This record gives sequence, structure tokens and C-alpha cells, in this order.
Amino acid sequence: MDESNISFFDKEGRRLDGRRVDELRPLKIEVGVLARADGSCYIEMGGNKVIAAVYGPREVHPRHLQEVTRAIVRYRYNMASFSVEERKRPGPDRRSYELSKVSREALEPVILTSYFPRSVIDVFVEVLQADAGTRTAGINAASVALADAGIPMRSMITSCAAGKVGDQIVLDPMKEEDNFGQADMPIAMTPSGEITLLQMDGHLSQDQFHQAMELAIKGCRDIYNLQRKSLIDRYNQLENVEAEPVEEVKACD
Amino acid sequence: MDRRVVVPGDLLSDDGKRSGEGTFVKDGKVYSLLYGLANFRDRINVIPLAGKYVPTSGDNIIGIVKDVTFSNWIVDINSPYDGLLHISEYPMRIESDEMSKHLRVGTSIMTRVKDVDSTMKVELTLSDRKLGVLKTGRIVEISHTRVPRLIGKGGSMISMLKKELNCNIFVGQNGRIWINGGAEDMDLALKTILLIEKEAHTNGLTDRIVEFLKSEKGARS
Repeated sequence: MDESNISFFDKEGRRLDGRRVDELRPLKIEVGVLARADGSCYIEMGGNKVIAAVYGPREVHPRHLQEVTRAIVRYRYNMASFSVEERKRPGPDRRSYELSKVSREALEPVILTSYFPRSVIDVFVEVLQADAGTRTAGINAASVALADAGIPMRSMITSCAAGKVGDQIVLDPMKEEDNFGQADMPIAMTPSGEITLLQMDGHLSQDQFHQAMELAIKGCRDIYNLQRKSLIDRYNQLENVEAEPVEEVKACD
Repeated sequence: MDRRVVVPGDLLSDDGKRSGEGTFVKDGKVYSLLYGLANFRDRINVIPLAGKYVPTSGDNIIGIVKDVTFSNWIVDINSPYDGLLHISEYPMRIESDEMSKHLRVGTSIMTRVKDVDSTMKVELTLSDRKLGVLKTGRIVEISHTRVPRLIGKGGSMISMLKKELNCNIFVGQNGRIWINGGAEDMDLALKTILLIEKEAHTNGLTDRIVEFLKSEKGARS
């Protein structure tokens, strides 16, 4: 495909998947999907399917990584070999090291690591299906999983990307827009507006940067509402299970 | 009583003085630190739904010996941190080379946290009449966040359980529970405790548990 003759918008200005420029892809968040993990979350952001598991605080192995005054946070971003069209060679690579590092640094500022000296909080993020913006999906899932694990945090973290395609700033680019677009800018932030992750590749003018920033912040707010709702729904779910076991017992006698 | 589910970062109050457990104050306002249930009384406390046990001094807990060193037993206390039981904290004077005769790896002990320092070195003690080795009975593990519910207001739940179940029950702050009694009574006790853990955050739980026990006992006889 040649970059020059692709059109990213139809006559009405809708995108390839029918979205408007300031629209997110469909979002689904599920809390507590893994029984072994202390906290977990499954997220679908458009074509992205990501699962996050949190373990800890727990003892640090290997021992020399231990910090005497605080907990360390480990974040492992990993793509499944079947997550992309062409098989991805399994295992860590340059890209996943980088994403693990920036994602960890996006979450660490809100975690109260000083509550758990000499321990580790492990976050595992597995990408099952990738469709541009897996790091943002991973951070969103990890933040919910951390809350689910009962880890004290100053706030949640929400992440979202904005990009530029066909000289137009768009929210939450999908695969085609990411591959053939002009810029991609993922951010992560707290609901109060503190930015904990800001990356960009491609070219944006200063005006476009501000426009993209504003759009991404708006996207984050929408995602935050769903993150919050999914946690609260999870609690209500737990509460509603209550009637069942009592009924079961009655059925026995 | 005003209760609400909150997530980390939720604004709870504009009055910084009402900050309680599981909250923090920023710019004079109270926010939640945890995902859990916020209780709005004079002070606002957030009770977590999950989380690991972090020992504090004075806690009565149940530990399992996992290693024996020159002068300490290393005790698993269901926490990110290990407990250390020094030889001098054993109720009687014993020699270093006889330590594993008294407490072997795998022994369960009812113990108390004597001291925790800032690096989370947890010192345990056995030198109290109430503490000691657990030789009979069973141990159940639940989340330590459910322990207050199992004990109930002023011990209402636990004393009811002890009476109804005809068992001796000791609830460790770390979420380990020791039950001792007849085999059938212990079975029922186990079932009841797991039910309480599952439904810990519902209202009128004590009454429902009484009902549950009644019907279970009816089924048995």
C-alpha cells in the first residue's frame, strides 16, 4: 500500500471504522477475572484484548532488588505470539522492555510504595490481541487490577492515545491509522489532570500537539468513568451472589 | 450508617480533619486511598475489599514455622514479611541445638507480634499463657480484611459461633483461624466461616448466619 493514496475519512468525515475524530473505540472492562492473582482485570479497547494481573505486595526475589524503605514495582508488558497478524517472536524484545519501563513509570507515582518496605508489587500485562494502543490498554487494565488487589493509591491512572492521520487530529487511533498515520501520542494521567506518561512519534506542530493533548485528556476522562464503574459494579456483583448459597442449602434438605 | 463503594482517588470530604484509615489528605480535602467501602462517621474510614496483611505490634496471629536458624524460628505469618521468633521468646529456656525438638518446620503456633521496626523486621513472642503451639484442631485461611466481620461488633459474631458450634475458635489478625472441637462441629464451623468470608460486606449478617446454622443443624439431626 502506498501512503499517499489512502483516504482515512469518508465524505461525512467519519473514519474507517465509522467513528468521528473525537470518538473512542468500544470499551469493555472486567474486574477480578483471575483467581490466582491478588488483583486482575481484562480490558477490550476496540480490537485490543489485554489482561492484567497484579501480585503482591510480596517478598522480593532476587533479594538484591529489594529496597529497604519502599516497595518496588515491576511491570511486565508482553505480547502473545498470536496477538498480531504475522507471528510475533515470543519473549521480551526492545519494544516490550521500553513499554514495560514507561508503563511502570506511569503507574508508580500514584502507588504508596512506602507502605510496604522490602516488598515487590508485580504487574503482568499480557496482550492477547493487538490493534494499536496496547500500552494504553495495558495501563488502564493494570490500574484497575492494582485497585482490585487492594493496593493503596493516590488515584487511578487512565491512559489514552491521540494521533494525526491525513493532517487531522484523531482520538484513539486504530491499527490502520497508527501504521499509515503521521503521528501517535499516547498519554497517561490521573483524573485530576496530572500527566504520568507522554510519548510521541511522528510530527505535530505546536498547535496540533495542544489539540491532540486536549483530545487525549477528554478520552481519558471517558475511560476513567468506565474504570470506576467497572470496579463499583464488581462490588455490587459480589453483594448479589449472597442469596444463592443459602438457597442451595435449603434445596439440600 | 452512610456507606459507599469508592475507588482510589475519590473525594470523600472537604474537611481534612475527618481523614481516617484508608484515606489521605491533599489540599485540606479527604480522598480515598483504596478500593473498598467508605464509612462516613465522625471520621471517614475506607475498608478495603482485598489486600495483604501487614503486621503491627500487639496483633495475635497464627504462624507456621518454615525454617529454624541458629537462634530464631522463621515463621510464615500469611504476609509479605516473615516473622522471627527468637529463642528467648520461647516460654522456657532451651538450647540452640534443641530448637527443632520444640518447634519443627511445619508446626503451627498461636503467637503475638512483639515488635515491628521500620524495615518490617517482625519479632514474635510465645511468652504468654494464652499463646502456644497448636497441636490439635484445624486452621482455615481467609482474607485478613474479613477478620473484623468474623469477630463482629464487640465480639458478637465470634461468641455466637463458639456457642452454637460447640468449638473453640481463635481468630488470628492475619486471617488464619484455628478451630478445635468435634469432627462434625469443625466441618460446620469451616463451612460457616467460609460463608462469612464470602458475604462479609452484607448487612444483617449475624442474623443470617444464625439462620444458616439452625437449618444446617436441622439437616444433620
